[in-house]
Amino acid sequence: MVDTSKVATSNTTTAATAKKPSRAGAIATWADERLGLASMAKKNLRKVFPDHWSFMLGEIALWSFVVLLLTGVFLTLWFTPSMGEVTYHGSYEQLRGIHMSEAYASSLKLSFDVRGGLLMRQMHHWAAMLFIASMMVHLLRVFFTGAYRKPRELNWVIGSLLLLLGTLEGFTGYSLPDDLLSGTGVRAADGFVKATPVVGTYMSFFLFDGEFPGEAIIPRLYTIHVLLIPGLLLALIAAHMLLLVYHKHTQWPGPGRTEKNVVGFPMLPVYAAKAGGFFFIVFGVTALMGAVLSINPVWKYGPYDPSKVTAGSQPDWYMGWPDGALRIMPGIESHFWGVTLSWNVLLPILVLPMLMFTILLLLPFIDAWITGDKREHHLLERPRNAPTRTATMVALMTMYGLFWAAGGNDIIAIRLHASINQITYFLRAAVFIGPVIAFVITRRWCISLQRKDNDDLLHGYETGIIMRSAEGGYSEKHLPLAPSRAYTLTARDRDPVPNGHHEEVDANGLPGPAKGRFTGLRNRIRTVWYADNVQKPTPEELAAGHHHAEHEHELQSPMDGHAADGHQFDGHHLVEDENLRSH
Amino acid sequence: MRLLNRSAGRLSRHRRGPLAGFMVLLLGLLLTGGLYTAFSPASADQTTASEEQIAQGRELFLVGCAFCHGQNGEGVRTIDSQGGDNQLGPSLVGVGAAAVDFQVGTGRMPMAQPGAQVPSKTPTYTDDEVAALAAYVASLGPGPAIPDEGDYSIEGLSDEERQEAITRGGQIFLTNCTACHNFEGSGGAMPRGGYAPKIRGVEPRYIYEAMLTGPQNMPNFSNGNLSPDEKRDVIAYLGSLDEMPSYGGFGFGGMGPVPEGLAAWLFGIGLLTGAAVWIAAHTTRSDKKKVEA
Repeated sequence: MVDTSKVATSNTTTAATAKKPSRAGAIATWADERLGLASMAKKNLRKVFPDHWSFMLGEIALWSFVVLLLTGVFLTLWFTPSMGEVTYHGSYEQLRGIHMSEAYASSLKLSFDVRGGLLMRQMHHWAAMLFIASMMVHLLRVFFTGAYRKPRELNWVIGSLLLLLGTLEGFTGYSLPDDLLSGTGVRAADGFVKATPVVGTYMSFFLFDGEFPGEAIIPRLYTIHVLLIPGLLLALIAAHMLLLVYHKHTQWPGPGRTEKNVVGFPMLPVYAAKAGGFFFIVFGVTALMGAVLSINPVWKYGPYDPSKVTAGSQPDWYMGWPDGALRIMPGIESHFWGVTLSWNVLLPILVLPMLMFTILLLLPFIDAWITGDKREHHLLERPRNAPTRTATMVALMTMYGLFWAAGGNDIIAIRLHASINQITYFLRAAVFIGPVIAFVITRRWCISLQRKDNDDLLHGYETGIIMRSAEGGYSEKHLPLAPSRAYTLTARDRDPVPNGHHEEVDANGLPGPAKGRFTGLRNRIRTVWYADNVQKPTPEELAAGHHHAEHEHELQSPMDGHAADGHQFDGHHLVEDENLRSH
Repeated sequence: MRLLNRSAGRLSRHRRGPLAGFMVLLLGLLLTGGLYTAFSPASADQTTASEEQIAQGRELFLVGCAFCHGQNGEGVRTIDSQGGDNQLGPSLVGVGAAAVDFQVGTGRMPMAQPGAQVPSKTPTYTDDEVAALAAYVASLGPGPAIPDEGDYSIEGLSDEERQEAITRGGQIFLTNCTACHNFEGSGGAMPRGGYAPKIRGVEPRYIYEAMLTGPQNMPNFSNGNLSPDEKRDVIAYLGSLDEMPSYGGFGFGGMGPVPEGLAAWLFGIGLLTGAAVWIAAHTTRSDKKKVEA
């Protein structure tokens, strides 16, 4: 029986006439005739996105940026970016009558005398922390799944720039309230600038319009914070999203999913609802944190005064790792021709972050150079199927984490009743040794998981059913994987140089591309890159594996139906009426 | 007037007498001594400790303290394994009753084991015993006395004076104390396993005594450095922090940006990643009913 209710019933003799358009339709037509958005919308509203939780991590960053814009605009309405000195007469009793900058006084006003001001301040700060954190989580997802590969290398570069700009934006925002903590941060930044060889002092005087702290730094940071960097961020986010639409989203391999299609749900109504809903969740979580969790209680720090400092002076978390490098760096200085070179500041704060950022920026290109992979990739790779890549990122994460821990060495010391000196000595070595250990463990772990996948493919999965043969031997029953699962596991590339053997001639007997200057080096790295990787089984291996499994089943089949106690629960029989026999 | 003239005349008659010199000397001594007693700083050991209390303190001292501090509180020096000159326990001559009241009253002394720093613990002695020990140590040599409540309390001040005291105390606190004890007195790390302890919720008397005597790693804030009123103001500021509501919400123990970063990652990113998993797990249908054809 076919449902014919959807078939047109207007096959009559009179011509069909258009109904009078609805009011909404009329407005849409009016707008479309002037803006011509319909054709664009028609295409893009049906744009398909694949569904996976890890694809929504970048969205957290997007939505927390929206929260930052909303709350930030609120804050600008009351914040006074000025270092002019005033006497405080607001509601916070402990500081009444104290001289302070207008910037700090207006931060206190926002916190205590503007309705909802403290909530907005705290939401803005929490959203900033989440913005950068979610960018990093998103970065990890993109790297671990190989989504940065051709054609998306430039979007990786844009994303890295967003991370850098977000960090700078966070630092300038941290410095604006002019409380003791932010002033200490600016003082530190002044030191970093001054540690630059030759031009350091000139740059410092240029930045502060004279000697630190001067009167110019807060208004300047304010302009950078509310105008310059947000503008750049907006432009880069737009470019990031446009490239995402242009490239189309990557997807996990699976039945029906190829390099040439995208399987998922359309923008309208599904992703508009999912993403729109996610915005409200992000907004809600930020509001919850802003409402119940205290962040940067500027009133307790007091106004900035170069003669004061407090224990527990730390930057926000995203600046924590360079701060940690600074904390554990041995105090090395060089003196020559009347000039001092502060390696103890120069190396951890200027050289190391720049080096790490350059490595981050170049990761897709380094990867392409090593693998020699020039193909487009729209299907993702599981982290285990690129063991060296995965291990590289885990090593970098380990290094980051150890530097990060160094940034909180004093908090660790008092919380764990440890000596800050011992923590520092440990971390000085650990930042070099830890990543190596992490690399080796991760790589072997990935390779073990690859082996496990191959075992499942060739011998079936473990059912947990123990079979006893006539001779009294025991064996576990394996059953073949579902075809879709087997497809997904095998939908991956074979390594170009299996098991690390680099061939001078390719499979067709043709010599490889002309040797460049670094070909030898590259071949050596490539050998290491792919060494010990497990390749997916060949069709012959699969056939042999299945043949073997069938043989096993034949041997085991006589035992079916002759279950020993409990064996009737072997997955082959209806067990509704079965009970374990009582003895 | 006549009377006065007459008495002056009578006195004047004796001015060249044999006892006149002694009398003037005696008067001068009495006056200086009296004025000194009236205006001298509290530190000049003016305890009202009875002989009995001192004797009791000495008994306790010989049992609980003398092993390290010597039988007369003179300190014990040792030679360590490297042959260096080391101190088992410092001399207590001149440390005053305030130091004893702080160290023993907060349970730091007697110490359970040597280490980078002596932690405070449940006091070993009762209040009376602490007072006796303090009296004994104070008898060894002049030192700071245990402050009275009037020294560290702002109870007697008018509202306006209290307000000023708290504000001034906050500035003194931020200048002198936060570098080690953190901006809200939550404590901080010191080299080699030492630490500046948390000073919130500590009895005002002990805070005052700590400033006065400079225990362990802490510098000594003498009355010339921080006047008694300034010490009182610092305590008033700390007290005002205790009474202040936590305006921003849960404060993570007042440890600064490190726990804030942890909260952003564990709570914020954790919750939002969970939300992403939840959203992706709920796939979609265009209609509640399944439509055939």
